[in-house]
Amino acid sequence: MKHLSFGKFLAHFFLLIIVFIWVIPTFGLLISSLRDKDQVALTGWWTALKHNEFNEIVRTEKSTVQFEENGVFVITGNLLKSAPSKSVINFGITSKNPKAFKAPSKVTMKNGSTFYLQKDGSYRWTSDKAFKHKKGKRIFLTVNTPPSLTLENYKEVLVFRGLGQSFINSLTVAVPSTIIPLIIGAFAAYALSWMNFYGRDLIFATIVCLLVVPLQMSLIPILTVYNQIGNFFGVSAKSYVGIWLAHTGFGLPLKIFLLRNFIKSLPHEMFEAARVDGASHYQIFMKIILPLSIPAFASIGILQFLWVWNDLLVALVFLDKMPSEIVLTSRLREMLGEFSQNWEILTTSAFVSMIVPLFVFLSLQRYFIRGLVAGSVKG
Amino acid sequence: MTFFNFIVYVVIGVSAVLSYFVLANWAHDYLVGKFSKKNLQDSIFRPWIFMAPALIILLVYLIYPVSETIRLSFFDNYGREFTGVSNYVWALNDSDFRQSILNNFLWLIVVPTTCTFLGLTIATLADRVWWGVFAKTLIFMPMAISFVGASVIWKFVYEYRGAGNDQIGILNAIIVYFGGDPHAWIAIPFWNNFFLMVIMIWIQTGLAMVIFSAALRAIPEETLEAARIDGASEVRIFFYIIIPFLSETIVVIWTTITILVLKVFDIVLAMTNGQWGTEVLANLMFDWMFRGGGDSGRGSTIALFIMLGVIPIMIWNLRRFKMEQER
Repeated sequence: MKHLSFGKFLAHFFLLIIVFIWVIPTFGLLISSLRDKDQVALTGWWTALKHNEFNEIVRTEKSTVQFEENGVFVITGNLLKSAPSKSVINFGITSKNPKAFKAPSKVTMKNGSTFYLQKDGSYRWTSDKAFKHKKGKRIFLTVNTPPSLTLENYKEVLVFRGLGQSFINSLTVAVPSTIIPLIIGAFAAYALSWMNFYGRDLIFATIVCLLVVPLQMSLIPILTVYNQIGNFFGVSAKSYVGIWLAHTGFGLPLKIFLLRNFIKSLPHEMFEAARVDGASHYQIFMKIILPLSIPAFASIGILQFLWVWNDLLVALVFLDKMPSEIVLTSRLREMLGEFSQNWEILTTSAFVSMIVPLFVFLSLQRYFIRGLVAGSVKG
Repeated sequence: MTFFNFIVYVVIGVSAVLSYFVLANWAHDYLVGKFSKKNLQDSIFRPWIFMAPALIILLVYLIYPVSETIRLSFFDNYGREFTGVSNYVWALNDSDFRQSILNNFLWLIVVPTTCTFLGLTIATLADRVWWGVFAKTLIFMPMAISFVGASVIWKFVYEYRGAGNDQIGILNAIIVYFGGDPHAWIAIPFWNNFFLMVIMIWIQTGLAMVIFSAALRAIPEETLEAARIDGASEVRIFFYIIIPFLSETIVVIWTTITILVLKVFDIVLAMTNGQWGTEVLANLMFDWMFRGGGDSGRGSTIALFIMLGVIPIMIWNLRRFKMEQER
């Protein structure tokens, strides 16, 4: 008994470690997408909930804002631009010693003027003589920055980086590319399971072969055909219709295969009874098979939808990169080059591209798993 | 493209397909019905009305392209002049191509093995703890994420800042914390391949786990019970009962992930674009499709090498299908 409970403990322990490793990367992405962009660039996301110290170099106001008060010349202002959540810890007036003083304190400058800096960044700089400097004086700050989570990055990528548009483009590709192969596949699957016609077994054997053909085999010839059609009619070779059909073609063998397995597993008697009543195949399909196949459609549809939504290769080859056509994955890949150091943009964009799949996954997980398990059995 | 356009596109696209089936069957019933009512039930035309769109699409998008790709691999870059096996000779002497073949082999060895091993381990462990379902959901989640999205996630994990700076990538941060030196992981030749493979493993382990979970549940409880009564240890039960029971499942997972790995493209394109010795066949092919206006001969030749990898699986599938038919 003691031995068993130790085994149990190990199971908990190892699984916990694995789950932890699995979740951490995505979690880091989500946190980073919610952080302030300066903080993302400077500190690790795991410090997001800590107060962080940043070094800043700021300048005081120019001499033009000085005023005279009881015979003393005064400049006042706020080095933190009145950000109420930040506070100054240390400051310095030379680059050699940027943390020389602790705020708040009074410092005498070289020229005899007095500089008084408070924790909130507001300062009062006084001198007996009039200030003459043209540029503001440099002050070195160590600033305590509280954790702040913001949706600013999401606004940035959705509105200004064209991701909102790409989101709709992705939907425009994915929804028809899911429904069309399901409809075409369902009719073909029915014919292959319940109808007798010449060459049926050969067609099905061909479909079994096509299941594993890599889509790389199709890219060059189909692109050539599309270009020729485009040239002939004087239209663009890259279009939504083109990519719908391409996705339909690449997904169809698996859709037919899975739907045939499903339709074939339906009870034979029900089908015979309908025949005796004089129903044609078309009527049987529409009135009996279709309603019964809804769960199968859901599983297979989710599989295809996620496949198309997450696809990059087909979109790169068959869709244009202009704003009205570029899909999320393709745009994300562009951004990896464009903003290679702007992690707040990259993490936010990646998360935007994951929202729909994650929603589908979490709400329809049961169907998704069913589809995957059925789909993998094909080998 | 606005949201309104999206709705219009979808409605037009879907209704075009639906209306074919409705109209074709209606026309069929009308025409055949004119001659005889009886023929409606066993019409020889109807199967072809059902099959036609699928057949045309399979022909245009898969069967014709496969033969065309084979043909193009013997032609020049524009597909005009027959050049014999010169593309194949080029490939075998090209350093990028050789690198790709080696890397693809590396991927084929490491990724399916690791996924299968981890998937089985996690499925077994998750069966033993009360929060197993929750754990499985979390490990399965990457399956829903695109390869590009996953690449961004992991590029962030591997992010490198020069020594002395605050590391913002968690991997380097951990290493620095324990006193090590930070590295630009994806730029270290040879080993960077493994850092890319981690992404694929991270995604695909969920698949292996889910399938193993389903298979584990199918093992009859009496068999396990009998073994326990005979005094077999859990480890013995695992190796002598569970593993043999799962042998077919293991093969299925192995082949599924193998097919996927042969085509690995997005991860390499997004992470390194084949630099620092990480090139793979699918990325090299994509490169040649567009490099210098596109070289259909070389592109096709590379595609054929990917195809070569799936042919054994294709034959095995076909044999299994035949056995099923005869049963």
